[in-house]
Amino acid sequence: MTGTTGPHAARDLITAYVTGDTTLSADTEWALEAHLENCGRCRRHVAEAVTTHTPAVNTLLDDVWAEVDATALDRPAPVRSPLLHKARRWAPPSQLPWLLMSVLVILSALGIDMLARGKTVPSLVLLLSPVVPLLGVAAAWTQRLDPMGELTVTTPRAGLRLVLRRTAVVLGAVIPVLAVAGGVVGVSPALCLLPCLAFTVGTLALGTVTGVRRAAELLGTAWVFVAIIPSLFTARLSVLLAPQSMPVWALALTVSALAITVRARAFTTLPGTELP
Amino acid sequence: MVRAVTSADLAPTTYAWHIHARDLRVRAGRRTAVDGLDLRLGQGVHGLLGPNGAGKTTLIRSLATVLQPTGGELELLGRRIGGRTDLRPLRRRIGYLPQEFGYYPRFTLREFVEYMAWLKKMDARQVPDAVQRAIERVGLADRAHDRMKTLSGGMLRRAGIAQAIVNDPDVLLLDEPTVGLDPAQRLEFRTLLRDLGEQACVLVSTHLVEDVAASCTNVVLVDEGRMVFQGTPEEVAALGDARDVGDSPIERGYTALLARPRARREAGR
Repeated sequence: MTGTTGPHAARDLITAYVTGDTTLSADTEWALEAHLENCGRCRRHVAEAVTTHTPAVNTLLDDVWAEVDATALDRPAPVRSPLLHKARRWAPPSQLPWLLMSVLVILSALGIDMLARGKTVPSLVLLLSPVVPLLGVAAAWTQRLDPMGELTVTTPRAGLRLVLRRTAVVLGAVIPVLAVAGGVVGVSPALCLLPCLAFTVGTLALGTVTGVRRAAELLGTAWVFVAIIPSLFTARLSVLLAPQSMPVWALALTVSALAITVRARAFTTLPGTELP
Repeated sequence: MVRAVTSADLAPTTYAWHIHARDLRVRAGRRTAVDGLDLRLGQGVHGLLGPNGAGKTTLIRSLATVLQPTGGELELLGRRIGGRTDLRPLRRRIGYLPQEFGYYPRFTLREFVEYMAWLKKMDARQVPDAVQRAIERVGLADRAHDRMKTLSGGMLRRAGIAQAIVNDPDVLLLDEPTVGLDPAQRLEFRTLLRDLGEQACVLVSTHLVEDVAASCTNVVLVDEGRMVFQGTPEEVAALGDARDVGDSPIERGYTALLARPRARREAGR
């Protein structure tokens, strides 16, 4: 640009621009305006030049602002709590009832465990711990459980990251409650948290094929029949939840996590709900 | 303030049509609702007409990248839609109003449009301006702070249009946007449509033939998953004669167009 010193516009160029100097060529003027759009320092120089050279512009501007103020809407935008604003970016409000339900399920299981204390029955908190987060995970990425699902899936944000955000909210709500409930009943935290994580990640992994809701239903039902019912009938904890099974859970968790990263693309659409 | 012109704005388009479908097949449930449709749409307002169950909604959902086509080819803004396409850059440039759209009832209108702008990955610095502009364009500026659940049916429809246009899309897909709008709002909406059609490829599905006549530059008529006709509203109107059912020339043209292939098919059976 002519008349520049370094990356900024020269003072005399700005003065010429402000006073409407007719010798200023159109391309120089255009280049200067393009520069001003992105440069605060030069805009400040323009403001100073206006004040010294053409004070009439300033009076005109003041009048305009006064008129704008007079006609502006009297109701300022209500400021919502920034915390709520952030929370909504993490989980849609439609997920909230499912999270509450998950927490209530844990608390009821805890209550039953407390009542049955002293008897040789397996802990219900421990038995339910793997499947409790599935309620919230299903609600995180199922079109029918999210009123804005149809709109969400057509946006560029639809994808693994959004699903993981929502899943993280589920785990953030469930894990502390589960850990505390496990502590009260006297179960080691690893014993109830590792299967819980493995089931959550496994649901997402299976969900890339069948849809998250169907995956949650499948895994949840399987767990009820394979572990919960036999344990309650035989009054002995399933071997699946014994400490020696922990490496298996860790392996399942790793495999599922790998499967998710490989199949991440599946989350840019809503499978299951759209397949015939 | 006027935005600086970026290189992206000046880049030449590398595609001939905003929407280009060849022998497109899309399933809705078990039924093939769009069955061998050929479509080429460029910039302008295109009215998508057809009887109930013609495949309008399925077509629009597949163009909005909700449904995967089961056959044929679909190109949006020069990008082929297939199993391996990264849809994200494309989705930034699409606006979509579903036939029935949900919302979180406790969000205010502004929060709703802001949330959609966030989902559309708009630059956070541009969001407040863009949201305000979209809300003003649909005439809801005075209700921006009201919760979604307090809005009437017509207002919700307009809120839906606001979220669709908030990202200044290049392809705007509106499924039944005029349902629930009163006559005055429909007139305003037609003006908005014409305005939007100056910049983008707008596809409006409707079964109100008079909306199409008033605001569309082009009419696409589908029936039973296939395209029956593509042309200007005047051409549709010219096709009808006094024997056809309808109150206006374009309605008569519409019934004539629908009757013809059906009669031919029945004769062939």
